[in-house]
Order: sequence, then C-alpha cells, then structure tokens
Amino acid sequence: MSVFKITEENFEEEVMNVDKPVLIDFYADWCGPCKMMSPIIDEIAEELGDTAKVGKCNTDENLGLAQKFNIMSIPTVMIFKSGNIEKTFVGVTDKQQIIETLK
Amino acid sequence: MHDIIIIGAGPAGVSSGLYAKRAGANVLILYYGESNLEKATKIENYYGFINGIDGKKLYNNGLEQAKNLGIEVKNEEVLNIKKINEQFIVKTENKEYTAKSVIIATGNKKLRPNIKGVTQFEGKGISYCAICDGFFYRNKNVVVIGNGKFAISEANDLKNIVNNVKILTNGLEMENTSEFEIVTQKIKEIHGDERVKKIEFEDGNTIDVDGIFIALGQAGGSDFAKKIGLMLNKDNIIVDENMKTNIDGLYSCGDATGGLLQVCKAVYDGAKAGLSAVKYVKNK
Repeated sequence: MSVFKITEENFEEEVMNVDKPVLIDFYADWCGPCKMMSPIIDEIAEELGDTAKVGKCNTDENLGLAQKFNIMSIPTVMIFKSGNIEKTFVGVTDKQQIIETLK
Repeated sequence: MHDIIIIGAGPAGVSSGLYAKRAGANVLILYYGESNLEKATKIENYYGFINGIDGKKLYNNGLEQAKNLGIEVKNEEVLNIKKINEQFIVKTENKEYTAKSVIIATGNKKLRPNIKGVTQFEGKGISYCAICDGFFYRNKNVVVIGNGKFAISEANDLKNIVNNVKILTNGLEMENTSEFEIVTQKIKEIHGDERVKKIEFEDGNTIDVDGIFIALGQAGGSDFAKKIGLMLNKDNIIVDENMKTNIDGLYSCGDATGGLLQVCKAVYDGAKAGLSAVKYVKNK
C-alpha cells in the first residue's frame, strides 16, 4: 500500500476512523535521522500491503498535530490501533521491531 | 573533496586509513583527545611484541605510520556529520570537510549521562540532536548537559530558536569560551510528568526547564549516530560484516561498534572498513 500524507485536515478520517493499525512517521525536512527513517517507512508500507495504513506527517507543516501528541524528538513513529496510541518509537528504529507491533 | 574521511586515530581508524590509502583513496584522518590505547600502560597480548608494548607508543607508531604513508592527518575535534545529496559533510570547530565516504572510529562513547530520569524522558524533553529537535522548543528554556566544544556547538544550534539556553556540566570543570551561562553543580535527578519539567541538583536547588539536550564531553560515535540516523545497540553503532552502517557510504569500526575492546579486533575492523569504503567510493 502506498504511503499517504497525514495532515491536520485529514487526521480524523485517515487515522481515527479506520479499523486497521495505522503507522505515522512524524518528521521534518531538516532532520538528518528522519531522512534515514523515511525509506524504512516505505519498505514497511510495501511489506504490509493492505493489512495496515502507513502515513507520514511533516511536523513543520502540522505543528498542531505534533503538539497534540507531545512530539519533542524526530523521527517519532506512532502506531495507532482503533484511534488509540498503541506504541511510540523515538529515533531511527529497526524495521522488524516496528512491523511486529503492526501485526 | 576527500574520498574518505576517517574520524579517530586509534588502531581502528589508522588501520582503515592504511588499507584505504594503499588502495589508492584520498584519505583524511581527523582526531582529537586521548585514545583509549594511549591510556594503556602495557599491552602484552598483541601479536608480535616479545615483551609487550606501551599503549602510548603503539598509538604514536600508528599515527606516524599513517603520516609516512602520505595520509593527511589533522588534530581537530569533529562536532557533527551530515549527509546531503550523497555527500558527507564533516564539521569541526572552525571548518567543514566533504567526503564521499566516512569511517567512524572514535572509540566507545557513552551516550547517556548517569542521571536519574534520562532514559525515562527520552523523546519527552530529552534530546540528542539540537538541529533535529530545537524547533520543538521555540521560545522555551532549555539546557545542554556537557562540558566541551560539543556542548557549546549544540547550544549554538539552539540559541536563535529558544528563549534561553544554559550549559550544565554536571560537576565537571569547563573552560568557558562561549557566551552561554555555565552551571557546574552536580545533577541529582530530572523530574517531569508527560514531559521534562525541572532539574534537581545535588545541593537541593532546582531549575525549571522545557528541554534537555545531551552533549557529553567530546562527540563520539553514539552522538554522531543520533545526529545522522545510525542504528545503535545501546551505545554501539550497528554494522554488518563489512563494517557498513545502515547509511550508504558510512562505515564504523573498532570500539565504536562494541564487541571485544581489543587492538586486534580494532585492526581487523579497520582493515575491513577501509577496504569497504574504497569499494563504495570506486563504485560511485
């Protein structure tokens, strides 16, 4: 499944009102480690296919969302299940570790 | 631009330099501070020295060997590494160098200070990268925990974003060559709830803070890892059998990668990293 863009406008619809696990990668363009995390997120989306939704949220453009979820370090990857935060990973994280929580 | 920049001049760094230089690469070694090898009074388990060898002598021999082979060697402290458009930028206090490939051979470096609350508040007010996370502390009060040029460099990256930045040395001495207020009291604990709120010193005093940036002593492998996005296992950089990290063109070797903290292992790692980096540069 392709990676979609999470914004303050579509958050409710794309994350809260879905019945499968949702991954959100909070990032910013100036952040070096975020650039290393980005291809890992793409691979996760590819591997999981339709079983989970995978999105990326630019914290610079969506500061409200970053504040809502207390994001203070990037990259931060959050896993949502039924609209609740299931798990948070701060910093560049191994692909398998993230995939395990999405199953 | 250099083909390969090696950070560290211990047995891993120099060994990687020797192999890379002999394979035809244009190599620069940047090093600063005292290597762990220099501190070893006598090494008696390294191959070929009948009566053992003094650690400092072995270290200096390595450095001389690198210079004799024509490797450029500079005594400068590296403060940051970035990768932009397939090119590495290695920043020291006053200069920036560029390279196609970088080898981190900085020895083992503890990332976290031994202060209660540090691990608990990681991602909740504790950060290891001012450039990455400074943005979240706009107009807030932050501190940098550290006691050297590395801490000053991080404070400099923060000063135009935040309201106030102080440097906390946690009981260590620091020559202040900067504009920042330096607090030398020893820290007892970091307090907060959902996020960091205050720092308690051993003398009972407290200060309110919104964010804490960690930049202990001299920047090492684990610090660079946090800034560029390398994967760590505790404080050790994760590499494959070719000493490659999770970032293309970036290699690490010796104590920085953990395992046996021995010269023999560092020399092997260095040789492998040097050859791998040369292969990478030639295929570019």
